[in-house]
Amino acid sequence: MEIEKYYHKSDALVVGTGLAGLRAALALADAGIDTITISKVYPTRSHSVSAQGGIAAAIAHASDDSTELHMWDTVKGSDYLGDQDAIEMFVNEAIETVYEMEHMGVVFSRMPDGRIAQRRFGGHSRPRAVYAADYTGHVLLHTLFEQCIKKRVRFFNEFFVLKLVYREDGVVSGVIAWDIRNGGLHIFNAKATLFATGGFGRAFKITSNSFANTGDGLALVLREGLPIEDLEFVQFHPTGLYRLGILVTEGARGEGGYLLNGKGERFMKNYAPEKMELAPRDVVSRAIQTEINEGRGIDGKDYVYIDLRHLGAEKIKERLPQIRELAMNFVGVDPIKEPIPIQPTAHYQMGGIPTTKKGEVTKDSQNTIVPGFYAAGECACVSIHGANRLGTNSQQEAITMGRIAGEAMAEFVKKADLFSIPEQAIEEAEAYVRKYLEGNGSVRPAELREKLHETMTNKVGIFRNEKDLSEAVKEVRELEEQIPKIKVEDKGFIFNLDLQEALETENLILFSEIVAAGALNRKESRGAHYRVDYPKRDDENWLKHTLAWKTPEGVKFDYKPVVITKYQPQERKY
Amino acid sequence: MKRKFKIFRYDPQKDKKPYYKEYEIEVQDGWTVLDAINHIHFYVDGTLAFRRACRSEICGSCAMRINGKNRLACKTQIKFLGKGTIKIEPLPGLPVIKDMIVDMDPFFKNLEKVKPYFIKYSPLPDEEQLQTPEEREVINEAAICILCGACTTSCPSFWANPDYLGPAALLKAYRFIFDSRDEGAKERLEIINDRNGIWRCHAIFNCTEACPKEINITHYIKKLQNLAVNSEF
Repeated sequence: MEIEKYYHKSDALVVGTGLAGLRAALALADAGIDTITISKVYPTRSHSVSAQGGIAAAIAHASDDSTELHMWDTVKGSDYLGDQDAIEMFVNEAIETVYEMEHMGVVFSRMPDGRIAQRRFGGHSRPRAVYAADYTGHVLLHTLFEQCIKKRVRFFNEFFVLKLVYREDGVVSGVIAWDIRNGGLHIFNAKATLFATGGFGRAFKITSNSFANTGDGLALVLREGLPIEDLEFVQFHPTGLYRLGILVTEGARGEGGYLLNGKGERFMKNYAPEKMELAPRDVVSRAIQTEINEGRGIDGKDYVYIDLRHLGAEKIKERLPQIRELAMNFVGVDPIKEPIPIQPTAHYQMGGIPTTKKGEVTKDSQNTIVPGFYAAGECACVSIHGANRLGTNSQQEAITMGRIAGEAMAEFVKKADLFSIPEQAIEEAEAYVRKYLEGNGSVRPAELREKLHETMTNKVGIFRNEKDLSEAVKEVRELEEQIPKIKVEDKGFIFNLDLQEALETENLILFSEIVAAGALNRKESRGAHYRVDYPKRDDENWLKHTLAWKTPEGVKFDYKPVVITKYQPQERKY
Repeated sequence: MKRKFKIFRYDPQKDKKPYYKEYEIEVQDGWTVLDAINHIHFYVDGTLAFRRACRSEICGSCAMRINGKNRLACKTQIKFLGKGTIKIEPLPGLPVIKDMIVDMDPFFKNLEKVKPYFIKYSPLPDEEQLQTPEEREVINEAAICILCGACTTSCPSFWANPDYLGPAALLKAYRFIFDSRDEGAKERLEIINDRNGIWRCHAIFNCTEACPKEINITHYIKKLQNLAVNSEF
């Protein structure tokens, strides 16, 4: 069987077409840099499109506000694990990002005087979320896509990256990808490569994430012997539609929605008496899970309600139209008349590929830069979100860091040389798809994913302990041993979804070990990482970032210090 | 409950021509068509191919023809499809790549023709351009189009003439032409005021009926026709 090879050269390469990737591609286009943009989907299908509630910036339209307050809320929200130099830069840039997006035509919701409207969100002490009803991610993504059409960005849609080319001399010189539509290997050689490959929610059974969110970028990096930072911090969004995990925006609580348990109580009064439903997500998800675990779910079952009825039909239709539609179509509930059944849902990874404030990827505790390699958005860890991300900070991070990384790449490629792609890398990538196209496995990818979902959801969830986590690490390793047995029924070249899912399943298993082992390793509770056997935050031993490498002997750890500039850690209360 | 699915199959690498294959599976209460075809793909026949991503009606990947109507598979509850065999086919009017996967490039190329991006020649303010809620309301519905292609590929005028820009591209033109902040109305109108533009629409309303976001697309195309007739451009 002949696999055709195609060679491409460009100065810059962007992998991923969500908010971060598209914004980076625009920055590169504006700088006149020859750029290729690759995505495994059409750009407007990227999961950023599903973001709902808003994008944070202290533009102070709905109340007094300041970048200092935005910074303080983000630092506290991160449970002091966020790097304060990065956060300070981020909150300042955030304001420019909002106006810049408006100048590109985003249809933000407005105040009667025509200025941009803002709403409340969890963990933010001021109404800081700039929004477009509950379609914020959609309008941001489509607007960036429109601008990319205007600037004639070169897209290679429906390409699946098989290999990051990390050369022996420590330089990244591109990627090798499979053409999903036609088959064939495409070798993309570039001076600078950006990963904007998004999140990993599909490792869990209940998730808000798209089918495409299989953490491919993380796996590609790990496979090259590079580390991932803080991957044990997984955000479970408090309000996913029951059984489905589909997102019900935090904006629903921002607009005044209540959380009710089986007794009809607003139980948040017992967990965050001041902030109530607008405490940060880690706090609210733990509260919901506690209510469920202690038998106070609805009819004793594993869900609670979010009640919007008191907001009235008009407000629900104007501010939360998508939530109403999703609730009606997927759980048969009209939120104007009935409360919506919800449960926590795997939503976001705080950790990711370690980067500098300019999006340059680093590879050790000294922050040594990998020349030619950048990362931005959810797949990256700057770290702005630390141990827990505040709602509306992720869309903001994706766009802001996409722009910053794109600008940094533009500067870099003007001075950099083009390093070749070693023949061996191409051979490895080819062998990687051949093993599925020519192999005779017996286990369907879906069977392995189902087992992974059970392990990750039951043992690496909201509440964690030594025993479960040890088992989880062992179980994920056992799944890894099953990878050579994966069966790909479709042997064709054209849109081989079966092949793609085998590759994705392999990626899911690879990084899941890092998540589980990192959670087992971190013997404290901080932000979204909660250990029932170590329920307190331990700043003395654990106020540090995890760096984790995948090695044949298992996961290897190192650490790097948290950057603390203005705010010393203190008790975190809401 | 057991349900039968009759699914369009075509892999140009091995099939001379398309055919239909039947699958009978146990479906659970609350399943959508996407849940069913995922199940078939995961556990029954790995060679079945289709696009999907968000599974929550917003990414626009999974538009396909279900019982003769263009719909999003993720939005279509099986229990609302009657008792008979459920027929699943690719969107009509676009080249089939494999099974339910069509080549969306012609669709996106038509979109690109209408200058589907914000145009401003006047200097921009330091902060935002003002727009009242009433001004925004005019384009609110049009701005949430998900580019799934259900509308354009349901339009007989598009089937008959692939050069017709089609409802999705015209809706995008509307979204900018009627945006109180935009300054590209004249140049866009010159493009769409054409026999392959707004005048190819004969108000058949297929697009409006097909739209999974329930956007009244025909209404907006009529607004564009009115503007073209009455404008002083």
